[in-house]
Amino acid sequence: MSPALDLDKIRPAFRDPVRDSQTVFRQVMDAVARPGSQADLGAIVEPPAGLDAAAAAVALTLFDFETTVWLDAVLSGGEAEAWLRFHCGCPLVSDPAKAAFALISDAKAAPALSAFNPGDAKYPDRSTTVIVQVESLDGGRPVTLTGPGIKDSVTVAPKGLPEGFWAQMQDNNSKFQFGVDVVIVSGQTLIATPRSSHIQIQGG
Amino acid sequence: MNIEPVVAPPRYERKEWLSILAKARADEVFSAWEALGERVGYQALRAPEVGLLLVRGRMGGTGDAFNLGEMTLTRAAVRLESGETGVAYVAGRERRHAEIAAALDAMMQSPDLRPRVEQPIIARLAGAQQTRRAVAARKAAATKVDFFTMVRS
Repeated sequence: MSPALDLDKIRPAFRDPVRDSQTVFRQVMDAVARPGSQADLGAIVEPPAGLDAAAAAVALTLFDFETTVWLDAVLSGGEAEAWLRFHCGCPLVSDPAKAAFALISDAKAAPALSAFNPGDAKYPDRSTTVIVQVESLDGGRPVTLTGPGIKDSVTVAPKGLPEGFWAQMQDNNSKFQFGVDVVIVSGQTLIATPRSSHIQIQGG
Repeated sequence: MNIEPVVAPPRYERKEWLSILAKARADEVFSAWEALGERVGYQALRAPEVGLLLVRGRMGGTGDAFNLGEMTLTRAAVRLESGETGVAYVAGRERRHAEIAAALDAMMQSPDLRPRVEQPIIARLAGAQQTRRAVAARKAAATKVDFFTMVRS
């Protein structure tokens, strides 16, 4: 049993839960269908401390009592955890391999992508969707994505990802149909790099 | 001259007033809210939402737990402008009932607002519930049949 929530510190969620979550769902779906494209969710929700607005909006839209959620050390035990427990009612897990979703606010201290659930042969869709918060979606080391949903190729350059992250993503892609799907979030914007995207590190 | 009331008005525990608000009839809650002079501002922390609740029972208090059935339930959480947070779970699908009950719960937690709610609303709702229960009990009692056997000599 987790301790009782202190309601006085919890911020409100979506103003219009049905419409707002449908709007966000559509934008996330389009972002995953078109890997590398930036989606701007706008100021749809005032996030709790530690979470970016886009990560909070995705959480409200996709997390519920059936989705296990893994939080990194920064988010665990803080305002963000209480907020997620209250609004999403999602069970929190400490084992990344058991998580349906993972929220990472400190990308540099995050476990390897292979620590998360890659799905199994019968249900590859049951893998973990990893949401990583970064400084910015531009200005980092550029990588080129190709694959389903991408016309020719697209270049993304998120800033604030740890060294070796894209190498892990290449490894993740090489195991397709298994693997995790990654959503990279910064402020109100996000891009998705699902396991189907082939990754080429520029200049590497 | 100040006449002290013979019986002190009841002071309710949070558990009690939450129960009273949940069991009150929606129209009673609405009219009590309308009658509240100065309205307090609040913001929805969790907009009223309808869900299902599985009610479980235990025969005689000692038997195995069994599922009695499901009931609809509406819950809400609001925060007053003054900072208090109130929650409500009420039976049925009346969203506004849950929202007002949550606002009243928040007001009851504020020492300043409590006097405006406790006697005028909570005590009245409790009284109405007691009356309803007494009427139902009386009607049931009127149908009571006593079985007895006459001993023939």
